[in-house]
Amino acid sequence: MVEPLLLFDALLGLAIAALAVAVLTVHDRFAMIVLFIVFGLMSALAWVRLSAPDVALAEAAIGTGLTGALLLTTLHHIRAAPAAPVPVPGGVVVANLGLCALIFGGLAFAFLLTPLQAPGLAPAVAQNMAASGVGHPVTAVLLNFRAYDTLMEVVVLLAAIVAVWMVERGTVQAPAPVLGEIYRGFSRLALPAIVVIGSYLLWVGAQAPGGAFQGGAVLAAVGLLLLLGRLYRPQPAHRPFARAGFVLGTAVFAGVALLVAGGGRLPFEYPAAHAKTLILLIEGMVTISIAVTLAALFHGREPEAVPVSEKSE
Amino acid sequence: MITALSIILIVLLVSILGGLIRVLRGPEPAERMLAAQLFGTASVAMLLILSRVMAMPALLDVALVFALLAAVTLVCFVVLAAKEGR
Amino acid sequence: MLLDLLALALIAVGAFFFVAGTIGLLRFPDTLCRLHALTKADGLGLGLTCLGVALLAGTAGEVVRIVLIWFFVATSSAVCGHLIARHVRRAANAGGR
Repeated sequence: MVEPLLLFDALLGLAIAALAVAVLTVHDRFAMIVLFIVFGLMSALAWVRLSAPDVALAEAAIGTGLTGALLLTTLHHIRAAPAAPVPVPGGVVVANLGLCALIFGGLAFAFLLTPLQAPGLAPAVAQNMAASGVGHPVTAVLLNFRAYDTLMEVVVLLAAIVAVWMVERGTVQAPAPVLGEIYRGFSRLALPAIVVIGSYLLWVGAQAPGGAFQGGAVLAAVGLLLLLGRLYRPQPAHRPFARAGFVLGTAVFAGVALLVAGGGRLPFEYPAAHAKTLILLIEGMVTISIAVTLAALFHGREPEAVPVSEKSE
Repeated sequence: MITALSIILIVLLVSILGGLIRVLRGPEPAERMLAAQLFGTASVAMLLILSRVMAMPALLDVALVFALLAAVTLVCFVVLAAKEGR
Repeated sequence: MLLDLLALALIAVGAFFFVAGTIGLLRFPDTLCRLHALTKADGLGLGLTCLGVALLAGTAGEVVRIVLIWFFVATSSAVCGHLIARHVRRAANAGGR
């Protein structure tokens, strides 16, 4: 008899592959978005089955909370201002295909070269857990053993929002949408609850699955709901605070990394006695940055007061 | 016990995959969105059961995030649809 | 042992309601009917699943989280159902039906 859980895994894997095909082949754009959201749900379940609840948490927060909303807004913009598709030069297509083939080839090469029964780095991580300052191996790896990579990931988000603010400017003039009495009551309940759960995920990250990225993504959902209900309207005067929020995580992370150097220590080599405090400080600031940046990415433009003449065009 | 729970998990997954037919057929965007909502709830149920099957209480946190953020996409859809209707 | 059986029965009945909801989503004639089938069957299905899993939970902390999950899904799916129904009714009115 086949193990039922194995059957479940096989079915889940098949469903994910089928969904990926469906997302790319279906003709209705809206159906595409919904299928992609379902794809995210199934991927989160797959990560759970792979015993990676940290990744599942991030996938759950990003997939259900943010990606769907971002894609729906994009579709709305495309419908509002349909632009004739610009023909792509053949050379660009060939170059892109070449790059894709290169990446695919590299990945296949790396996959084939990897020894099947390698012990991996898990024993090394387990040996050094005591020196890491935290109790959860994933957090120890992300914030201590390979903190440089994590810093670069935070920088990616910063670069993304800088690019968005360069491309798109203006404030939203539209009136608040009428969502009714029931929704107002719900948001009064849900917004504080999301803040509490987001902070909880940050806090629990030291000992169990959770951490800065998961907490930040959940907190960003608060920003999304505030922006959607027009409970908060970004103003030009708020830009310094937003900029401070964007930079905070990168600045504190890099600052700590550099300041601990010296006296025989390398950058990122936290003194063992203060490792926990420093990691918590970095995680807290990075959480704020991620939340603010993701919400700003959803807003999608720098809140600049555009001159009237330009607006009436 | 584990076997029985695993079979229930398969039933729930099949039920989700059956609901995908509605997403593909539509025709109303509201119905496709609604179907996604159903999948969210069913995923929460599956995570709850998996937390027992895999003896991993941390999965409850994943389910909690699903439960809290399920509304975000739908609110976004309703707000944008109201804008387009205007 | 008896508790395990009870929990299993609750979870199984919960799964039955999820299946019923999906059948409603596929078979019912229009959007509002499908909405009706989904929100109710789903809510009941998840409620029963939560109850069953809570009976199997190891610690009080897990039970608290399960109750929270149930509470949030129940409120947010009710509000989402309401929002969708409003949206459908408005679209129908705007269409001149």
